[in-house]
Amino acid sequence: MKITRKDFLRLSGLSFLAGGAMEAARAIAGRSSAATESQSAPVAQSVRWGMVVDLRRCQKEKGCTACTDACDAAHNVPRIADPQHQVKWIWTQPYETVFPFIQDGYAEQSDAGIPVPLMCNHCASPPCVRVCPTQATWKRADGIVMMDWHRCIGCRYCMAACPYGSRSFNWVDPRPALAHLNPDFPTRSKGVVEKCNFCEERLANGLKPSCVDACPQKALVFGNLADPNSEPRQLLRQRFAVQREPELGTGPSVYYLV
Amino acid sequence: MFMFEKALRGSRQYWIWLFCLLCVMVVGLAFYLYQLHIGLGVTGMSRNVSWGLYIAQFTFFVGVAASAVMVVLPYYLHDYKAFGRVTILGEFLAITAVLMCCLLIFVDLGQPARVFNIILYPTPWSLMFWDMISLSGYLFLNVIITVVTLTAEREEVAPPRWIRPVIVLSIPWAVSIHTVTAFLYSGLPGRSFWLTAIMAPRFLAGAFCSGPALLILFCLILRRTTGFDVGHKAINALSVIVTYAMVINVFFILVEAFTVLYSRIPADVAHLQYLYLGLDGNYHLVPWMWLSVLLAAVALALLLVPSWRRNPVMLPIACLAVFFSLWLDKGLGLIVGGFVPSPLDTVTTYTPTLPEWSIVLGIYAIGALMITVFYKIALAVHEEIGEADVHVPAVPVGTADR
Repeated sequence: MKITRKDFLRLSGLSFLAGGAMEAARAIAGRSSAATESQSAPVAQSVRWGMVVDLRRCQKEKGCTACTDACDAAHNVPRIADPQHQVKWIWTQPYETVFPFIQDGYAEQSDAGIPVPLMCNHCASPPCVRVCPTQATWKRADGIVMMDWHRCIGCRYCMAACPYGSRSFNWVDPRPALAHLNPDFPTRSKGVVEKCNFCEERLANGLKPSCVDACPQKALVFGNLADPNSEPRQLLRQRFAVQREPELGTGPSVYYLV
Repeated sequence: MFMFEKALRGSRQYWIWLFCLLCVMVVGLAFYLYQLHIGLGVTGMSRNVSWGLYIAQFTFFVGVAASAVMVVLPYYLHDYKAFGRVTILGEFLAITAVLMCCLLIFVDLGQPARVFNIILYPTPWSLMFWDMISLSGYLFLNVIITVVTLTAEREEVAPPRWIRPVIVLSIPWAVSIHTVTAFLYSGLPGRSFWLTAIMAPRFLAGAFCSGPALLILFCLILRRTTGFDVGHKAINALSVIVTYAMVINVFFILVEAFTVLYSRIPADVAHLQYLYLGLDGNYHLVPWMWLSVLLAAVALALLLVPSWRRNPVMLPIACLAVFFSLWLDKGLGLIVGGFVPSPLDTVTTYTPTLPEWSIVLGIYAIGALMITVFYKIALAVHEEIGEADVHVPAVPVGTADR
């Protein structure tokens, strides 16, 4: 059989493609079997980190930014002037925009206008994790929703999926906007998404999140929601608490005492 | 290589046209390098409007790609002979549109060098993974189909029998690409504007009018510049398809609007209010959305009256109106409208910047270049085989090009 140059090129192209497809199929098969194993493993959840925000205590300190400052310093969060490009891990927003369902019409509660600290809710069923095409964001067994800044491709699907606006994208290089550099925590590059990590690097050392430690009013209470005797659980038994948009079924780990 | 030598011979105008496209591509590339250097901050996108023109145009062109099924289905499944010449043009349009979609996604990535992480860490619970599978599969199917059928045509033999199941598979596959693209948006809990089951049907209806409208325009341009005529019967049939799809598309939009406006759930109303009336003193999309409505009304009027639809002046106007109405509605408003107001009730202005427009135009130029080269090849094959047995127009195919 005589092989022309055209046939040769066609054949080599096809075998190249077939080789690539086999490799991809193998990778997919290996990956998904590993994923099912880890998911089907029965995990009696003994730890679920969560936060209770006491808004009454929080509003005592007018104009306070201690939590934001501590967090930004600890995690090398840039201070970008342009509001369109800002990166936020913990910040405040007026009460009525955070809880639009709480009051309407004539119910003029005293809470209107007070700043509410916002952060990642570390959802029990996080939509951001569901949509991420590269598993650059995932949920740990202890409930913390993590980010891998080296795997993130910057598609921003997670930002569209998050119903809380808790995710920030690095529209520009964040490093020039860092006033002080914390050498113990990584900086990020442009083009990746980031958000609050519940200070998992401090939890690993037995410390509480830096915002919790920084709050002068002790308005942020952090602990294990799976433990009925934990500090947040005791507070939740005593006072009326709300979550942000619980009707969406995301199961936020952050509660607000109103 | 697959008959590309046929694209290397052309008239002076042909080369000038290609050169112009090349210039637009170079400008787009330069702005892309700028974006790569500074970051996506050079676009108009922001914290709250985190997807913009790139993703919106991607959505629109997935529709154009899917619309090839409107010529493939009648021709291959129903043996509708009048589509004999237009089918290959539709398939080439699909290939071009899919590649434009890939580029539009690519330029939207913050870390484009890591794009293969999608394959390296395949994630079946992410709709983006399935979008990649469906788009690449559709591209693959259409490349196979066009290469095989066009080669068979050139050699004046019947295409091999195995190509038929491939063609049949490409029909539901075309529906799948736009369905999966709609699912990207309609499955997100916090975006009430997109959280609607009619998103996928609406996408398909919009695709099946805007895509064939573009195809009609291409056919009319080909007839004028090269004398290649797909035949009145094909154009008429295509315009009927555009008419039906446009009616269904407008119907779906009105159904959507009714549900939102009659239920009056504030969070749902806010998005429509932002797009069509303005919200919190922010009106920048309002004129464009009403222009889309106006164009849709003009298109429907021209298309629904049979004598106007068949009129050689009215038809291209109707097709342009359909295309730009959908371009505004789906290629801009649908995505931006979903982000404003944000979950925290913020109204953020989004205006595409010069780099953004230039990059999109560069991708358009790549698309136009591909269409030109592909159509050149298809026409050259038609000319080569003489086509004495088909009703050829008085001007022989391709003469205007030589």
